[in-house]
Amino acid sequence: MSLADQKATVAKTAESFRNESSVDGSVVTEAAKAVLKESQERGGGVQMQNVVKIYPGATNRALDDFNLDIKPGEMVVLLGGSGCGKSTALRSLAGLEDIQGGRILVGGQDVTGVPVNKRDMAMVFQAYSLFPHMTALQNVEFGLEIRGMGKDERRKLAMEKLDLVGLADQAKKYTQQMSGGQQQRVALARALAVNPRVLLLDEPLSALDAKVRVQLRDEIRRIQLEAGTTTVFVTHDQEEALAVADRIGVMNHGRIEQIAAPQDLYQRPATEYVASFIGLANRLPGRVAGPGVHEAMVFGQRVPVVDGSATGEVDVLARPENMTIRVNDQSGVVAGPGVQARVSAIHFLGSLVRIDTVVSPGELTRHSGTQLEVTVQLPVQEVPAGLTIGSSVIVSPRPVPAFAAAAR
Amino acid sequence: MAVNPNAIQSQAASQTAAAGTAATAGVDPASRPPQLRAARIRKQRVIKFVILFITLGFLFVPLLSMLLFTLRHPLSGRWSLAPWEAIFTGNGDSLGADLTVLWQGLGTSLALCAVTVVIMLLLMVPTMVIVHIRSKALERAIEWVATLPLTIPAIVLVVGLGPIYRWLSADVLSTNPIWLCFAYVILVMPFAFRAIAVGLNSIDVKTLVEAARSLGASWPHVFFRVIIPNLWQAILSSAFISIAVVLGEYTVASLLGRMNLQVALYQLGQSNSQISTAMSLLALLFGVVLLVALDLISDAMRKTKEGK
Repeated sequence: MSLADQKATVAKTAESFRNESSVDGSVVTEAAKAVLKESQERGGGVQMQNVVKIYPGATNRALDDFNLDIKPGEMVVLLGGSGCGKSTALRSLAGLEDIQGGRILVGGQDVTGVPVNKRDMAMVFQAYSLFPHMTALQNVEFGLEIRGMGKDERRKLAMEKLDLVGLADQAKKYTQQMSGGQQQRVALARALAVNPRVLLLDEPLSALDAKVRVQLRDEIRRIQLEAGTTTVFVTHDQEEALAVADRIGVMNHGRIEQIAAPQDLYQRPATEYVASFIGLANRLPGRVAGPGVHEAMVFGQRVPVVDGSATGEVDVLARPENMTIRVNDQSGVVAGPGVQARVSAIHFLGSLVRIDTVVSPGELTRHSGTQLEVTVQLPVQEVPAGLTIGSSVIVSPRPVPAFAAAAR
Repeated sequence: MAVNPNAIQSQAASQTAAAGTAATAGVDPASRPPQLRAARIRKQRVIKFVILFITLGFLFVPLLSMLLFTLRHPLSGRWSLAPWEAIFTGNGDSLGADLTVLWQGLGTSLALCAVTVVIMLLLMVPTMVIVHIRSKALERAIEWVATLPLTIPAIVLVVGLGPIYRWLSADVLSTNPIWLCFAYVILVMPFAFRAIAVGLNSIDVKTLVEAARSLGASWPHVFFRVIIPNLWQAILSSAFISIAVVLGEYTVASLLGRMNLQVALYQLGQSNSQISTAMSLLALLFGVVLLVALDLISDAMRKTKEGK
């Protein structure tokens, strides 16, 4: 990126930020408002440009020319399997890891060489990170005290933050007296109290049980929207990511494979990795006639393919909910598109039913020697009558856009 | 004679007792009929008490003997409180003993305790914290180095320290026994290391440091406001154990020709063994009081945090 481009980015960020000064001030004191205003004037967008991180002794790059551009007030979720570099990206942004190349800008200001404690961010960790020798209230006050805020004022602000996370009545408790969910709430309040330019959440829900996880996840999103804090959330849980994100960046091998709104990511994956990582996908053998052709033939059905798809012999990655199933009338002739298969399992999922089928051998030109399994997901009321394990069925993809990967 | 070995013995004894309980309780009683089970529990209880009494006897018989020795003159068989009076009035004339050397030794040992603890803490706490955060490999190396003095007999240590102390006293400092503190820091290192390591391992130092840093805390702030308060108990216990070790140290001081409490007790023992034994008992009592105090303080601290 040239210098002129950078300047333009900075100006654009600042511009968009000026337009976005809609922070709900009802829960903060006047003094805190002043701090808030100041932080907004400093800007809150984040750019990570060509960041390279190599851990000592490692041969591969944990971050490999990593690029990320976050708009002020946006919540970006970095999603990926273990070892994909998502936590490293977050820690590099926080300044907890030294980077070997690239630049990090916050609000247009280069913070690459700025130490952790001067970056004006706040982090919530996966491990419980409350200071055990302090009460919940003292924990929340910690960052404010460092910033030199007076005792009464910081106490008031800290109580407001505890109230925001629903723990005002637990202010006097120590870490050992609180549940895991409560501890993470306090940690969130502590991070929000300092009104950070960027809020960093490093798998904050991983250590919690399922119910608390969903509850706190929704609350984090609510609070983040209210406060308008630019937020980076790292998780390996795609459901969590889909639920809270403005945009999700799917990471693989130290880079972002695709960054998009949750729906786009799910419906229009740009790479094979993204298509197979987010949600379930059947790999159906098909053919894309050539470059510029935006549909594949799969079991006699035309399926539109998204940009970035391969051509020639392909595997179309079709979601289970984008499949149809009908009971075979035993005539031996497949009427219309579809392929003969046998039901191997039926999973009842409440309002939905998931049906595993195995495509009959001899139906396939490729995949010889291996079984092709196709999963179909339907609302309960749409399940064909008389369907049981062992039923002979015909499965077919719906003409819904899907990603086509080069055939394996 | 020394405070420390006894203190360690008492710890070891309580561990033995605990291990004994665990071993006897380890047999599954549920598989036996109720009468047999009751009989078994009774038997276990008896065994427990027997072990406890033997252990306590092992500990207290020597102490009791020491106490009797201070009260009953070994030659005349006369009972008197004279040795204790001599110590508490500070005047040993009635027994024909000169106590100046004892007071001098006691003063030196107490000063040595303070200086040793200060140097040890300044040296060990920052080093161990930094190494704990930064490098697991270095931490193991430091553990090895810190444990080394335990494996080297004091007499061997003195052979090495002798020339250094000759140089120190002749060219750099003086022959003042307070400079023994350097040797003592080495002696207490294994005990102090253990105590502090326990504290460091009981908290997630790395996450706490990162949390504090990300909230804007400078390194000194992190150290004094986050790490030290959480290591308080470990620091206290390392200090108390060091004091116990220093108060009981004889070999190094004696071989280097410096006066401390134990050397003074030995010298006094040559002329009046009753006063010397009484003073040993007092020193031992002081060590026990320190360790009990440590237990009570840490218990109280835990209870505040758990809200009991």
